[in-house]
Amino acid sequence: MDQDLKTELSKHGIFATTFEELYNWGRKNSVWPLTFGLACCAIEMIATTMARYDLARFGAEVFRPSPRQADLMIVSGTVTKKMAPQVVRLYNQMPEPKYVIAMGACAISGGPFRDGYNVLKGIDRFIPVDVHIPGCPPRPEALIHAFMALQEQISKQQLTGESRPRHLKQELPSEFPVPEFGEHGLEPAQNDEVFHNPLKVLQG
Amino acid sequence: MGNSLPIAPVEHPWATILVLLVAAFVFGAIPLSLAWLWAKLYSPAKPGLQKNATYECGLEAKGDAWVQLDVSYYLYAIVFLIFDVEAVFLLPFAAAFSGLSLAACIAMLVFLLLLVEGLVWACQKGVLTWS
Repeated sequence: MDQDLKTELSKHGIFATTFEELYNWGRKNSVWPLTFGLACCAIEMIATTMARYDLARFGAEVFRPSPRQADLMIVSGTVTKKMAPQVVRLYNQMPEPKYVIAMGACAISGGPFRDGYNVLKGIDRFIPVDVHIPGCPPRPEALIHAFMALQEQISKQQLTGESRPRHLKQELPSEFPVPEFGEHGLEPAQNDEVFHNPLKVLQG
Repeated sequence: MGNSLPIAPVEHPWATILVLLVAAFVFGAIPLSLAWLWAKLYSPAKPGLQKNATYECGLEAKGDAWVQLDVSYYLYAIVFLIFDVEAVFLLPFAAAFSGLSLAACIAMLVFLLLLVEGLVWACQKGVLTWS
């Protein structure tokens, strides 16, 4: 529906909407995160759900202890190479549509432990990340901001057309390959379908 | 005069209940069927090996879920009786030993014998050997 027409109608007291908007409005206000914390960022995540910051205002207080009921994976903390296969498998076990917030420097890039032999340099090497939050750890407000950014993304998702999200494209597989914890780190070291190495992108 | 009034069709006394029953069914069925229809259109099923696998906190499930656990809690109970409860009774027994009558002594020895039996039995079971 044309945006101008909609604002014009609303001036006359007529509220017009589409099924798509209604659907996305419902979805974005009931995103259920997976109960799942990896390191110190998880403490901030827990604080976000508590009364002072109150993530419940955004309909996301229901942390689900099973991936079957969760829509959102908040990767909160350092992902070690030992843990990465489990994280990817949990992501695969979540029903679609599903979203990922990479919370904190470690989840984005390995952070202060980037040079560690056992630290994954960002979870976006294996699963698609929707929102990255920098910080070490990010404050609860930052997580709330990321959550609002995610809500914004959800409300803009289209149900039809070429730009529809991945889960509506029947030909794309629902699962991402789980890396193996091998002798010399993870095998493969990254999923090239998901991960776009910034250095390579810069070089062209 | 009463006879000339139009006669209302005879209504079954349960007819209202039937109407309410149908309405209740439809009231529940409509949102459910709409949700089903919406899911058909906009939530295509995408099953996968891992998605359908047993949830084990992210790990791969191993072995059979139907295993029998041999808890043998009674062994702990017996050993606890021998080494803990018996000691509690032995201490006052030893303290008051010189002033006890023969009957009391025999009663205590029977109690001890019962527990020693348990100890022998636990020993035979191999509970007392560290592995």
